[in-house]
Parts: sequence; C-alpha cells; structure tokens
Amino acid sequence: MPTAVNSATYAAVPIGTVPTTLTINGETRTRAIEPWTTLLDLLREGEDLIGTKKGCDHGQCGACTVLVDGRRINSCLKLAVTLDGAEITTIEGLGQPGDLHPLQSAFCDHDAFQCGYCTPGQICSAQGLINEGKAKTREEVRELMSGNLCRCGAYSNIIDAVLDVIGEQA
Amino acid sequence: MNRFDYARPASVAEAVQAGAGEQVRYLAGGTNLIDLMKENVDRPMTVIDINRLPLDAIEELDGGGLRLGALVPNSNTAWDARVEQRYPLLSSAILAGASPQLRNAATNGGNLNQRTRCYYFYDVATPCNKREPGSGCGAIGGVNRIHAILGASDQCIATHPSDMCVALAVLDATVQVTGPDGDRAIPIADYHRLPGDEPWRDNTLKPGELVTGIDLPAEDFTQNYTYLKLRDRLSYAFALVSIAVVMRVEDGTIAEARVALGGVAHKPWRSTEAEKLLKGQQPSPQAFGAFADALLAGAVGQGENDFKILLARKGIIRALKQAAEATPQSQTDKRVA
Ligand SMILES: Cc1cc2nc3c(=O)[nH]c(=O)nc-3n(C[C@H](O)[C@H](O)[C@H](O)COP(=O)(O)OP(=O)(O)OC[C@H]3O[C@@H](n4cnc5c(N)ncnc54)[C@H](O)[C@@H]3O)c2cc1C
Ligand code: SF4
Ligand code: FES
Ligand code: FES
Repeated sequence: MPTAVNSATYAAVPIGTVPTTLTINGETRTRAIEPWTTLLDLLREGEDLIGTKKGCDHGQCGACTVLVDGRRINSCLKLAVTLDGAEITTIEGLGQPGDLHPLQSAFCDHDAFQCGYCTPGQICSAQGLINEGKAKTREEVRELMSGNLCRCGAYSNIIDAVLDVIGEQA
Repeated sequence: MNRFDYARPASVAEAVQAGAGEQVRYLAGGTNLIDLMKENVDRPMTVIDINRLPLDAIEELDGGGLRLGALVPNSNTAWDARVEQRYPLLSSAILAGASPQLRNAATNGGNLNQRTRCYYFYDVATPCNKREPGSGCGAIGGVNRIHAILGASDQCIATHPSDMCVALAVLDATVQVTGPDGDRAIPIADYHRLPGDEPWRDNTLKPGELVTGIDLPAEDFTQNYTYLKLRDRLSYAFALVSIAVVMRVEDGTIAEARVALGGVAHKPWRSTEAEKLLKGQQPSPQAFGAFADALLAGAVGQGENDFKILLARKGIIRALKQAAEATPQSQTDKRVA
C-alpha cells in the first residue's frame, strides 16, 4: 500500500495524491505523492534523506542539486510527481563514510568547504558536470560550477577538487 | 504553494483540451512556474504536466532550417551539434543564462514564456498591474534598477528576462503554436508584446494555446555574430543589458546586420529601420555609434536604471565590433575584448 507523503508546507491530505515510482539511490519505491511536493521536500521530509540541502528554495543557490537520470537539476524547483519512473541520485547515493566517492575524497583532500552546507550540492553538481563532459579547463570548470554558491567562499578549493577528479578520469 | 489538480496528458490534443479551462497552467521544466507558485504570484487551479508530450526533439526543416521542440531542455539545445555549428549565437545566448542545473530543467517553450523578474511582480504585498490588473505599479518611482528604458508604459516598466529570446529575435525565428482554434505560426517579433494598457499580457499567445516548437530559418551567421551580456556578476545573474548581433560582411562592408537588446524592454528590442543605417557601411566606431543612437531613440530612464542607456550604447558598439571582427564574446572567459 502506498502511503501519503507530507509536503513540508502542508499536512497530509488523503485526496489528490498521485502514485509515483522513483528509484532513489538504487532503491525503487512507489509512493502516493501530493502534486505540490517538490523533489527536495520529498527527499528530506518524506524519505529522510537530509543530505540534500535547502538553501534558498528558489533556484538561486544550488544547495539542493541532485542528479535525475544522471543530469544535475535544482530539486527545489521540481515537482516530484513529474519525475515518475526516474532515477534520482543524492549525495547519500554517491558515497558513504568508509566508501567515499572520488569527488568526496577530493573535497576532503583540497579542503573544499568550511561549514559544509553547500557541499552536497557542489558534489552532485560536479558529478553532473563530469557526466556532461563539457568542462576541461579551469575556466570552464569555474563557469560550469557557477550554479552552486558557497557563502564560505571555498570556491578556489572546490575548483581544485573538481579539476583533480577530472584529471584522474581523463 | 496552493493546492491544485494535476494532469499528465500523453498527447498534444489531450493537453490542449485540458488547457482550455480557467486558471490552468502548462508545466514544463518548472523553473519559473514553481517559483512563482511558491510566492503565490501564480495560483493555478489545474497544472498540466506537459513533460510527456512528444515535443522533445530537434528536427531538420525542409529548406535547411531547424525546429527546436518546445520540451527540449535549454542545455540540450545549446549543446546540440547542429545548433552549435549552424546557430552558434543561440548556443552562446542560452549558455549565458541561468545556471547549468537550471538550463538542464528549463525548456525552450518555458524560456519563451518565462515571466518578468520585477521585484514587485514577485512580492504579493505590493501593487503590480501585471499580477493584479488595476492595482498600480510599484516599480514606477520605486526600486527600478532592472527595469525598462524602452517601450514601457505608464502602467508597467517590466523587462522580459530571457537571453535565448534575444538571440531568437535576430535569427528571425518563428514560434509554432497549437490551441483550441488549431495551429498557427507567430514570428518572434510578434510573439512578445509591449505592456501598453494590458501589462498582464506578456505575449500574444491566446488562452489555452501551447507552444510546440521554435523554427530557425536556414541562414549563415556562423562567423560574424556575438552575444554580449552585461550584468552585476559574471555568471548566474540576469542581464542588465544584453546585445545579440548577427552580421554578413562582404569585402569589408556590412551587407546586413541585425541587432536585438535584452534587459531593456518588455520584449527583445529590435529596429529593422535602424539596422538599415548599418547596411553598406564599413565597420567603424562612428557607424556603430550612429546606429546605437538610432536603436536607443526614445530611451528614458526611471531613476535607478538611468545608467542602462549609456551601458546599452557602449554595449551595442562593443558587440558590433565583436561581430564585425568575428571575435564573438566567450561565455567562459567573460573578459570583454
Ligand atoms: C535563479 C534563476 C536564474 C535565472 N537566470 C536566467 C538568465 O540569466 N537568463 C535567462 O534567460 N533565464 C534565466 N532564468 C529563467 C529560466 O531560463 C526560466 O525559468 C526557464 O527558461 C523556464 O523554462 P521552464 O521549462 O522551466 O518553464 P516553466 O517554469 O515550466 O514554465 C514557465 C511558464 O511558461 C509556460 N509554458 C511552459 N511551456 C509552455 C509551452 N510549451 N507552451 C505554452 N506555455 C508554456 C508555463 O505555463 C509557465 O507560465 C533563471 C531562473 C532562475 C530560477
Ligand atoms: S513594472 Fe510591471 S511587473 Fe513591475 S510592478 Fe510595475 S506593473 Fe508590476
Ligand atoms: S535550494 Fe534549490 S537552488 Fe537554493
Ligand atoms: S562551505 Fe559553507 S557554504 Fe560552502
């Protein structure tokens, strides 16, 4: 039986939910989702995947970046019901303590964060950038990482970390 | 966000049927609509998710042009090999906009139909004739740094925020539309409109009409072009002024030049009359300056945005030089050469 999912902004309403199947970090689940639930709220409130962060909730910061079918998007501006059948990867799905993703290791090695609030979005965005295959040079990585703000200003180390991983893969 | 009925039609015919009702919105990438719904600026009763419609391809047109499906993401459009090779201006303009994540979600149809970024339009506690007809305009006499210098009315001074549409304006694109009364094709110049005394109407789409695609005619503007975007920070910011140019240069003389401005009006700003001034000219600061004055004729500042008039004049001259010299603005290395 699908269970109703609370959106962050409204209590559960039994009517008007839409059965939606999502594969999140490799695990397929079907839920009855209220259509006004964003992917971000579903992940954090419904699925208890709180690695993905809410910064602005308006597409202006990139903290909520996740991968949908391998493409990076802002989960705060995406209604979950529109993604029926999609594969979602969040920071939890990229790597775990003890089994870090190369980007997570590189962020540690390069000291690419201070508070860490923007980091899950930065790393998912960097994976999306690698999947796109358009950024090779430092200038290109800078420009194509510009959708992720870092209020701590760790930018230069973030670019170093991403370049490190791109270099390894090239 | 208000609650709404959700529909996910599988065919264009079903979508248009569902779209005919009151307070209905088509939902594409959602990067603008969901934002506006969160702010209660838009409160549709029904949301029609059009993402399953078969409008997600870029196709060859008879005669050598391209049709860009309404649901093709902006990033796929910009990075499509045919678009990159044949319409590099369009790739450049799209890549100058928003962020990589937003361009992945944003669609061509949604980009055309995105609403203004006017602060008062977004703030439901303030008057705005576009959001609430007859309530007044908060921006006139208010905070209006990002507002229009051309074609504004005494009811609304908002600008259209798209970069893509500025490129489409000089490429003479055509918007393909279907709706309750059948199909029609709208030249890009007639698609967006000036606010006049109906500022709530951004464009000439009729209620229930759906954009199905954007047609690009076959033309060779692959050398002499540029998209120059001037803004408060180098990336992830809307244009204060942007300039799209395509040009044909023959034996050192301008055979044809087309110029459109973004960020200055309720629609991409172009004057085919003014463009005649460039025809037959040798590229020179004097010729470019005379053209800029003609294109900006009638420009008025609203106070905080007075600077845009001089910024636009200098930007036009710079962009024409870039196009004439076949040195288009890089969207990676943002130094303006
Ligand atoms: C932080 C931020 C920064 C941005 N910066 C830029 C920038 O620098 N330059 C720029 O150009 N843009 C920028 N954008 C805007 C972005 O490009 C648009 O939000 C996007 O193009 C809209 O496309 P969408 O598919 O997400 O549309 P949606 O949000 O799904 O829809 C937008 C509107 O279009 C209507 N619509 C959608 N598809 C159709 C169709 N096929 N037929 C009829 N109506 C339709 C919807 O009903 C809705 O009213 C920015 C956005 C954000 C959030
Ligand atoms: S400029 Fe237009 S959109 Fe902005 S407050 Fe005035 S009427 Fe509204
Ligand atoms: S929380 Fe989504 S972009 Fe800021
Ligand atoms: S590390 Fe603090 S916001 Fe980026």
